[in-house]
Amino acid sequence: MATELTFDAIRLPPECMALRKEVRAFIAKEIDAGSLDPHGGGIDGAYSADFSRKVGAKGWIGMTWPKTYGGHERSFLERYVVTEEFRVANAPVRLHFVADRQSGPMILKYGSERIKADILPRICRGEVCFAIGMSEPNSGSDLFAARTKATKSKDGWRVNGSKIWTSNAHQAHYLIGLFRTSPPTKENRRHGLTQFVVDMKTPGITVNPVYQMTGAHDFNEVVFEDAFMPDDHVLGEVDGAWKQATSELAYERSGPERFLETFYVLTELVRVLGERPDTRGAEGIGRLVAQVHALRRMSVSVAGMLHAGKEPVVEAAIVKDVGTIWEQKLPHKARDLAAFTAPETANRATFEERLSYATMIAPKLTIQGGTTEILRGIIARGLGLR
Amino acid sequence: MESENLVAAAATRILGDLADPHSVNRARADAWKAPAWAALEEAGLTLAWVPEGLGGAGAELSDGFAVLRAAGRFAVALPLAETLLAGWLLSKAGIPAPQGAMACAPAREGETLTLSGDGTLSGTLRSIPFAKGARHIAVLAGRQGGGVSVALLDASQAHIDDGNSIAGDPLNGVSFHAARPAAVKDAPADLDGQALQLMGAAARATQMAGALEAILDLAVNYANERVAFARPIAKFQAVQHNLARLAGEAAAAVAAAGSAADAIAHAGVFDEAVLLEAAAAKIRVGEAAGEGAAIAHQVLGAIGFTQEHTLHRFTRRLWAWRDDFGNESAWAVKLGTLVAAKGADGLWPMLAAR
Repeated sequence: MATELTFDAIRLPPECMALRKEVRAFIAKEIDAGSLDPHGGGIDGAYSADFSRKVGAKGWIGMTWPKTYGGHERSFLERYVVTEEFRVANAPVRLHFVADRQSGPMILKYGSERIKADILPRICRGEVCFAIGMSEPNSGSDLFAARTKATKSKDGWRVNGSKIWTSNAHQAHYLIGLFRTSPPTKENRRHGLTQFVVDMKTPGITVNPVYQMTGAHDFNEVVFEDAFMPDDHVLGEVDGAWKQATSELAYERSGPERFLETFYVLTELVRVLGERPDTRGAEGIGRLVAQVHALRRMSVSVAGMLHAGKEPVVEAAIVKDVGTIWEQKLPHKARDLAAFTAPETANRATFEERLSYATMIAPKLTIQGGTTEILRGIIARGLGLR
Repeated sequence: MESENLVAAAATRILGDLADPHSVNRARADAWKAPAWAALEEAGLTLAWVPEGLGGAGAELSDGFAVLRAAGRFAVALPLAETLLAGWLLSKAGIPAPQGAMACAPAREGETLTLSGDGTLSGTLRSIPFAKGARHIAVLAGRQGGGVSVALLDASQAHIDDGNSIAGDPLNGVSFHAARPAAVKDAPADLDGQALQLMGAAARATQMAGALEAILDLAVNYANERVAFARPIAKFQAVQHNLARLAGEAAAAVAAAGSAADAIAHAGVFDEAVLLEAAAAKIRVGEAAGEGAAIAHQVLGAIGFTQEHTLHRFTRRLWAWRDDFGNESAWAVKLGTLVAAKGADGLWPMLAAR
């Protein structure tokens, strides 16, 4: 068939099962100690230097990276287990999550030796928070329209311009920025952009908050005024960032965080409907469980392919497309299904509180990290339609 | 898929030669069926799940599922899944499998047959796929004093109604009145009515996943060839996004059905983990069938709505297969009831079991 989609059935190996037990025991201990609220999940409190350091000490950051750089040379499937257990437990992993998932691997692949030796071990210890500086006021999904400029100077570059919607920037120690180093060419409009590792302490960088509709502070505007970047902070090829951005995205797109971000809604729905729901409630739960099960099996399958050294770009885009649409609909579906539960039901208040929060954050799920429209374009290309 | 699977490759070769949807659709008559069936039987594919000692090919469970996925890609209108399931059911009880097409019953939750103390079988079932035309029927029946048995009956022992599914394939009411089985044996401890439904659900889900792959392929090819407004319709973003959604549905189906087949092939027992896998597969694949068929028809427009085009061979079977061995709603109630009974905090451990 011309359009073969591969989703081999992966059985997680025994070491993953042992690790899962270990992670759950760790989480249980942290819940007892009060450093983790399993019914939390808001972004307030999700950033915890203390928690990230403990996770680092456990060896659960940079799990797949070489030991030379502080990593643990474990498998991608083991990392998968840690990610999903933390996600479902609402663990406060905000400090290290982006660094672990994408900034670290990017540096490992394209960073200068000095940057690798300096930053990667600190990421692994849970000490370093990364932000991603891609979007600009006039460049969102169309990244190649970026205009923030890096101009060559002696021993480095001077950056001017601004990035926006930058999650974590106010807490981040570093940011991976996409800057224009040359104009695009007639033949290739993607030419001329370069990635840099930006130290957020650099003079000339200002971070301004952009509050979200929930009232939370996650987004920022990051302004660069003649900020200096040393040469060895360049990631990969000057003017060639477009070549570096594709295969890594499979990791970013297909992980469990792409359908489990509002999972607590499902858990609380099951609780609010009780042990013996009516037919409507049972059918509703059954369908949602079937859907999330299918998503997880798709995602685990992609993890297995990545583990085997394949590059399932289309399959990964499909996981994010189908997964984020599902998690976005989940709060609305749960609201429908709980419509007739009695107000005095035990966890009704928790359910409603979690539902309100999930309803408000749901719109972002199909925007962050690649919009539905962009993903469907990638899938269409993979199908040979463009 | 696991295209290295030799058994599935044999099925694909035979079906490509003798049951190609284009030729079959053009021919209209059923003359293709006998040679295609004979070739499948000759290759041992119809009794793939029967050990050699019981008259079958002794292939692995995973091989049989791979054959079903291949058959789904051809939307093959032959009782291949039914005969495979019947053979599997018989062999679970140690009954040798006969040659020829078989049906397998019951195919719907809640329907039962009773085996009397005198050894005769009675009961009425609503919708048995391919009962008409089957030489034998393999059944799971409750014994009058308790317990469950597997029985093999010559089709002449049953009263079989006329009737077709919306795919045009036989779907028949079947009744037995003190019928004499050709063979009866007690079912093993792990085989009950639900186990048969789960196995049937996984088999149908696998065929449906194959059919969804096929309509994705068909719709993508059509969009690349069909020109409107001076360019292939594949170049229109609205069409691209519809096809991307179809790919998502096909992907979910392939993953869910593949996972269920793998779970059954490795579990050995029909426990709660298999219930989750097979029920979830039938639910999710059934949903994908509805969504996916709608998108494929939208992309193909009027031509896809004709008898002349092959699309209906796939979409009508996708719709029909949703109802065999438990539809989405039936399994969802069952799965939801189980999840609720285990409690909210049992949900994640259940999902993350493998």
